[in-house]
Amino acid sequence: MINKEEAVLQVRDLLLRYGNGCECCRSRQPMEKNRCPRCGTVWAVRNVSFDVYPGEVLGIVGESGSGKSSVMKSLYFDHEVTGGSAFLKQYQDGKVNVFGASSQQRRYIKNHLMGMVYQNPLLGLRMDYSSAANVAEKIIAAGNRNVAFMDGRTVELLEAVEILTSRRAEPPRNFSGGMQQRVQISKALANNPGLLLLDEVTTGLDLSVQAKVLDLIRKIRSRYNISIILVSHDLAVIRMLADRTMVMLDGQVVESGLTDQILEDPQHAYTQQLVHSLL
Amino acid sequence: MNPEYNFAFLDEGSKREIRRSILKAVAVPGYQVPFGSRELPIGRGWGTGGIQLTLSLIGPRDVLKVIDQGSDDSVNAVNIKKFINLCSDVATTTDSTEATLIQTRHRIPEEPLRNDQLLVFQVPLPEPLRVIEPSEEATKLMHAEADYTGIWLQLYESIMKYGKVTIATEYPVTVEDRYVMNPSPIPKYDNPRLHESECLYLFGAGREKKIYAIPPHTKVVSLAFDDVPFEIEHMEGRRCRLCGAENVYFDELIDRETGAVSYQCSDTGYCSKRRLRKEADC
Repeated sequence: MINKEEAVLQVRDLLLRYGNGCECCRSRQPMEKNRCPRCGTVWAVRNVSFDVYPGEVLGIVGESGSGKSSVMKSLYFDHEVTGGSAFLKQYQDGKVNVFGASSQQRRYIKNHLMGMVYQNPLLGLRMDYSSAANVAEKIIAAGNRNVAFMDGRTVELLEAVEILTSRRAEPPRNFSGGMQQRVQISKALANNPGLLLLDEVTTGLDLSVQAKVLDLIRKIRSRYNISIILVSHDLAVIRMLADRTMVMLDGQVVESGLTDQILEDPQHAYTQQLVHSLL
Repeated sequence: MNPEYNFAFLDEGSKREIRRSILKAVAVPGYQVPFGSRELPIGRGWGTGGIQLTLSLIGPRDVLKVIDQGSDDSVNAVNIKKFINLCSDVATTTDSTEATLIQTRHRIPEEPLRNDQLLVFQVPLPEPLRVIEPSEEATKLMHAEADYTGIWLQLYESIMKYGKVTIATEYPVTVEDRYVMNPSPIPKYDNPRLHESECLYLFGAGREKKIYAIPPHTKVVSLAFDDVPFEIEHMEGRRCRLCGAENVYFDELIDRETGAVSYQCSDTGYCSKRRLRKEADC
């Protein structure tokens, strides 16, 4: 018998819709991309289900507007979902749907069990506070009230993402884009979460900085054995980091499997196009 | 008293509404109760919150004292005292032990208050979370969920930058382990006086339309990290140049010609009482 590993996160039929929908789009008539031509409802995420296992990197790839960031923002409670469920192994032993949690419990989940890194550092950081305070914010939110502990932990985390400790009192405003992204990553790691959500973390960074950040994510994964969901429109990033990959188009998953498999032998027409356009 | 006006200026209906808000504030210490702030012959934000509390509570047998940053003689304090006297004829005093109702701006009197006395604070900005969150809707939610991360972060940032918490006035407190409250712009020197007091403290913000309270014997703790304790201003080694008092809160006076620094009690009622007693002893 195979000893089946338990998923860190299970997502079932995640649905995110803007508008009420009509008979036409509910009965899955063809739409203009993800928008119903009759009632104008936008189906941002349509019945997406997936599992994330301990220590693995799950890549989500797709063009802009395909719903990949919406999946991430739903999981981090930035968007209120229309339907579906998600179960975190660390939350009530994976028996309770986190989308049904109260806002207080959601804050607990966000502060203790998950870390999020946004594409735009403005969303994840306080640009006017010192970098150390940005990292400490998570630790404070988790209930710690000890300055010496927070000082030690912020130094440790900023060192882990290769930011000079001598610059920890500086606000992220003073930093380059790549450095800001690294501060975000150290903030996301502050409370040793089991799951890290990375939303287009390297987009907009120049190639050498990109490589540094990607290398860092690899290191973090092997060091903390953390599970990661990685969203990117860039197949090169996905190829470098993801163990398994889901391809999204118009709010739906069109293909999923081992990353190598998807890149070597794409089945869906869209994936084929995507792989072929990879220079 | 001008007979054209109702006793204590406000109509009885308004007074009743304000008293109801006060009762609610007393029942939920540290919670900001919204109320319908009335028009007064003084611009909003010039002590109108405190004045409305005073007007709705004052009775003919009360003895009133009004202070502004500890002083009985500042323009603001004198005018408020005159106005209340004009429409109620209550007796006024500068002695905080004689007063039954004290309205204050930015200080708590030096002499401990008793359980038959009321201290009414004028509050410019009642919301301690306003500095980190501009939206009232958002701050209400944060209070409801006791989400005070932002305010603790400010303290941490201050320690990070300057090695200590640099807030001098309006130092936030936690009331009965629940609400974080702005004690109005009193110096943090006065913060410990809020804890387990004998008298009832009432806070009124006229422009912001909020009333809140600290009832007697309430636990009031100034925010501080485990390993960086709360500290008040050090007043050791200073003496009042007029009455010779030590270990009180001082105003600092700098002589323009010589640059010499001297100190004087910020609580003028307390200072003049000490001087009178000294004269009597001579």
